[in-house]
Formats: sequence, structure tokens, C-alpha cells
Amino acid sequence: MANMSLKKQPMPEQDPNIRNKNFKEVALGYTGEMAVEEAQRCLQCKTAPCVAGCPVNVRIPQFIAKVTAGDFTGAYSEIAQTNSLPAVCGRVCPQESQCEGKCVRGIKGEPVAVGRLERFVADWQMQNGKDEIKRPESNGQKVAVVGAGPAGLTCAGDLAKLGYSVTIYEALHTAGGVLVYGIPEFRLPKAIVAKEVNKLKELGVTIENNMVIGKMNSVDELFDEGYEAVFIGSGAGLPSFMNIPGENLLGVYSANEYLTRINLMKAYLKDYDTPIAVSHKVAVVGGGNVAMDAARCAKRMGAEEVYIVYRRSEQELPARAEEVHHAKEEGIIFKVLNNPVAILGDPKGLVSGIECVEMELGQHDASGRRSPIPKEGSNFIIDVDTVIMSIGTSPNPLIRSTTTSLEANKYGCLIADESGATTKEGVFAGGDAVTGAATVILAMGAGKNAAKAIDVYIKEKHQQ
Amino acid sequence: MPYKIITKRMLNDTIALMEVEVPHIAKKAEAGQFIIFRVDEQGERVPLTIAEYDRKKGTVTIIFQTVGASTKMLNAFEEGDYILDFVGPLGKPTHIDPVTKRVCVVGGGVGNAIAYPQAKALHNAGIAVDMISGFRSKDIIILENEMQSVTDNLYIMTDDGTYGEKGLVTEKLKALLDAGTKYDEVVAIGPVIMMKFVAATTKPYGIKTIVSLNPIMVDGTGMCGGCRVNVGGETKFACVDGPDFEAHEVDFDELMKRNSFYKEREAHDKEHVCRLTGGKRHG
Repeated sequence: MANMSLKKQPMPEQDPNIRNKNFKEVALGYTGEMAVEEAQRCLQCKTAPCVAGCPVNVRIPQFIAKVTAGDFTGAYSEIAQTNSLPAVCGRVCPQESQCEGKCVRGIKGEPVAVGRLERFVADWQMQNGKDEIKRPESNGQKVAVVGAGPAGLTCAGDLAKLGYSVTIYEALHTAGGVLVYGIPEFRLPKAIVAKEVNKLKELGVTIENNMVIGKMNSVDELFDEGYEAVFIGSGAGLPSFMNIPGENLLGVYSANEYLTRINLMKAYLKDYDTPIAVSHKVAVVGGGNVAMDAARCAKRMGAEEVYIVYRRSEQELPARAEEVHHAKEEGIIFKVLNNPVAILGDPKGLVSGIECVEMELGQHDASGRRSPIPKEGSNFIIDVDTVIMSIGTSPNPLIRSTTTSLEANKYGCLIADESGATTKEGVFAGGDAVTGAATVILAMGAGKNAAKAIDVYIKEKHQQ
Repeated sequence: MPYKIITKRMLNDTIALMEVEVPHIAKKAEAGQFIIFRVDEQGERVPLTIAEYDRKKGTVTIIFQTVGASTKMLNAFEEGDYILDFVGPLGKPTHIDPVTKRVCVVGGGVGNAIAYPQAKALHNAGIAVDMISGFRSKDIIILENEMQSVTDNLYIMTDDGTYGEKGLVTEKLKALLDAGTKYDEVVAIGPVIMMKFVAATTKPYGIKTIVSLNPIMVDGTGMCGGCRVNVGGETKFACVDGPDFEAHEVDFDELMKRNSFYKEREAHDKEHVCRLTGGKRHG
């Protein structure tokens, strides 16, 4: 008999007023008992709508059934069939709009906590499981992957399982992409990313760090080196600014820079050389997950007041509800329906404030949301010493500008079909490089599809 | 994959030259481009302009002054040691216009190490090159023979008059221009304040002037936006749009401010690193 509780097993968490001063993980994870209890809420629907909601089609009812039976290793095997980064997905996927959004239990009450269960199983396996990674027999064919982020890692893992010899070229000194430079330690411990990356290496994937494709070898030259296909998962790197006065003042960061200094370059650890502003009052401009990450990092770096400045209303915040909830618990102040018009500086060029204008919502725009309109004469100033611009990114032009016949749309996103095939033969792409800034799991889904398409492409090529 | 130091020598008391084995970078490097190094796990990512490359040997040479914690630690490495991270070539190569006939390259201090490869590239393209090379004093002069070999006229300037002519590079440049020397282009590389004044010197003459900027950077591939500079009222990322820019368009005052943002922290780190281990963090 299923557990008919309308509520999920609560996730144990660090107390908000303690965790907003440290970088340790916020959510502590289920115990085995809690996991079994929660797993029993699953109705094991034959139609499994949850699976259709998952971009990598994790075998959700099957793995949950194993958890219910206390067979955590078995549960892991079910997940690992389609998901190469389960410990990551269990933590950062927007389950409420994917698997859990489709869960039948969610019609009346809360859906089954699929994400928390996935995390539990992945963590349990990391701690207790025996590594039984078997290197598949090589088929002797080489594929190059550009970028060791979620899309590239997934694509590489799937191709390696099929026997391909895969080399990932990564520009930064650590593999993981946004998982290491963007998402903070307190949401996704870097040791977990490193373990997932190591599993890929055990599968036979080679990762070459400090390799900027387009600057050293171009994509065209990779083919000359004998790669049969190339997957581009170079992400959406280029940070956007608002083009308002004062954006080059000292103390104005892009969220990318602020987060990279903290997460990749470990500015929060005393023994690292990475400098970062000592901030007391911080305004983060934007309302997405990245803005929440930046605000929560600023709080942990010691800022007394941290504001989220967002031009629409709270309802339209693009961040996950859970992130907004966590940010609020940690004392982040939300200034919604406000838009910056200028950043103010002192004579030394340091940020001294941010001038905002109040907004109201007007007609629905092309995105289906009500467009914000400034209220004339409502300008006001928030005293801050740091401003973090978190209003999005666009794809890095390095690859498309150095690769022949690789086409992009007007936003700079590479043009690719559903399988990931680009306008250039043998070149596939996926993740933010194609979609613009999106989620980890969508990038993983794209990497997965591209791996299938690359396999088909190479096989067909050799039949001819 | 750490990167091996093939040659190391001191050019003066504080400026070191290192030749690093990086065939994949040497294959593509061009004058004006830069690399980013990181000495160890706790180190910063630091950009340095490529001073020379040898495609046959597969090496890239960097020349750096030991001014901060990272360069001091790098300087603690010897021949045969390995640098943890070394990535490049980054940025756009120096643009060489084939119609250019005569160029004046102005270098200041350690900036001469970057001015030299640009002078060499221009020289190799068949362009007449004069070079004005400024140093504080005779004992810190670097690369004199190298600069001599790629220039038609090399003018060495020292602040104290202990070698060459006494005076500032801008004074020499103005004197040459006033004497009627015709330059199609001036290239200035050195301290920001020097580049600012070179730009101010050439502006009344309407000579196209290029500067190579070295703002604070993290990734060097266009991701962080930390290296943004105001060029002609537009925000540019030095790592992908530069590092070379039209000098008359650059907001040098803003750049100087931005470059000073972490000065206090750097001073603290520098003291900390040197005293404890003489440079190396882990023995």
C-alpha cells in the first residue's frame, strides 16, 4: 500500500542563519529511511508521465521501486542507464517543471520527491557502491567534444559507452563548465562534480584542459586530426550588461565574473589568491537562478544587505521557487517591480549606489508575460557598494567565428536540428551554445541526443 | 597536463624570461596575443602577452616583471619545472596593414617585452620600424640587441639619463614628429599612464595610434567581462575584442581605476607569499 501522505518527506537543511555564513551544502540529503518512506508515495503508474517530463528519460518508476525495496544499488543502475550525472541532476534540475510537474500525486498534494530520491541514490552509490565501471571495447573511432560542461560531458559519456574514443577540449583549467564556475558549492559541491567527471575518465574519456578550440586548433583542424565528428557544447558564455551609466565603475561585476571568482577560483577560501570585493551592500540585478546564486554568494561573503532588483513582479521571477524560497530564508531582500537606470559612483570610481525606477505591469508581450513599464518620477536610490549584473548571457562567438560553414541565428546561437546536427557536416552542437542560456538538464538532454545522432552519422559514413 | 619550462633567465633584477614547451600554442601564436598562466591550485589566472614563439621548437616565450604574488611565484620556478596551467593563444593578433610604410613602436619598461614582438612582426612584414624604448635607468634595460635587430632606428630613453637620451618617450616621439618624421602608425605598449600620454602626443598630429591593454581578467575567453574597457564610448572585452585598441578612443582614466581595484589585496598577498616560502607555496 502506497504512502498516501500529501506532503513530501521534508528535506533536512542547514538552518538559514547558519548556512548564510558558510559555503557548505544547504540541503543535507535524505537518510535511507526517509528515502524508502518517500519512495512509497510513488503509485508506480503504468503510463509513467514523469519519465516523459525528463529530458533524459530517467527510468523513474523503476528506480523508485528499487528504493522502496531498499535496493539502492539496483536503483542506481536504473538511473545510470540514461543519466550520466545523477548526483548533479538530483540537486540542480527544475523538477517542478519536469518529472515532478507531471507526477499524478501532484494533482492533489505534493508530487513524489523524484529529485531528492535521485540525489539520495546517487550519493548513496558514491559512498557505498563498488565502482564497476567497465571500459567498453573500443571501436577505434575518434570523436572530439568542445566544452566539458553538462552537454559535453553527457555526450562524451554516451559515446564512450558505445565504444568511441572521445576527447573533450575544455578552455578552463577544471572540467565541469557551469557546474564548477557557476553553480555555487552550497548547491552543488564541487567534489561531486569531480567524482562524476572521474567516472567518465574511467569510461575512457580523455579531458584536455586549457584548450581553447578556435584559438589553438579550429574545428576544421580537428577533422584533419582524424576526428570523425565534433560536438560543440561551448555554452553561453558572454555576459550581457544593461548599457546604463556607471556599469564600468569599480564594484560592478557580471554574475559570471562574481560567481567564477567564488566558485572556480575559490575566493571564499583564505588560502586562494583570488581577489574579490569586500562588499557590505550588494544589488543583484535580475531574477533568474544565476541571480539567486550570486545574491546568496554575496551574503556568504559577508555582505550585510543583499538586494535582488527585478523589473517584473515576484510571480514572473524566472528562478526556481525553491531558490527564491532559500534566498528569502537567508535574508536576501527582494526589490521586485524595480529597474535600474544608473549606477552611481564616488570620486574614486567606486560604486556608491544604484538608481532604480519603479515599474508596473502592462500588456502581455511576446514572451507571454506582462511587460514592465516604468512609473515616471518614481526614481529612487539604493545605497550599495557592489552591483552584480545577472541579466543573461549570449553564446561565445569564438567557435562560430573560426569555423567554416557553421551558421548561427541572429542571437549568435548555433543553428542545430533536434538531433543536434549543425549546418556543417559532421559537426553537432547542443546546450546553451544552441539554445542560449537554459538549464543543466536541457543541455544534458541535447548532449544525449547528439551522441545518438553522432553514432548514426559515423556508422552511415562507414557503410558508404 | 602541466607545461614545462625549457629556458629561464633574468633580463634584469626583476624581469624574467621563460620559454615554455607548448607546441599547440606555438603552432597558432601571433604577435599581440596573450596566454594565461596559473602557478598552482591556489593561484590566480594571470594574463601575459606572448613575447616570442618558435613553431619548430614548439615553444612560447613570456617575459614578466615580478610585481605581484603570482609573478613572484612564477619566478620561483626554474628550468625543467612545470607550470600547472598555461592556456592560449588568446585575444586577436596585432593587425598589420600591408599599406603601412613606417611605424613608430613605443615601449615602456617591461612593456618593451611586448613592444618588441610587435616591432618584429611589423619588420618581418617589410615595414620600416622606429622604436622608442623607455626605461627608468641603465641597469634595467632589456632586449636591446633584439630590438636593435628589428628596427631602423632604436631610441633608448632613460628617466635618469644613465643611458641613451635622458627624458620621456613622449618627448622623443614629439621631437621626431616635429622634426618631420612621417609615421603611418604609432604603437604604444607600457604602463597605462605612458600609453595615455603617447595617445595625447599623437592626437594633434592625427596619427593612428594602437595600444595593447592588459586589464584585470579571469578566464580570458569572453566569459567573465572583467576586462571591459571603454573604447569610443562602447564597452569592449579586452580578451576577445583586443588586447589591441585604437588609443585615441580608449578611456585610460577608467582603465587605471579598474586596474587598481584589488591593489590592497595584492599588496597583502605579495608580502604573505614572499616571506613564508620565498615564492613557492608547497616547498
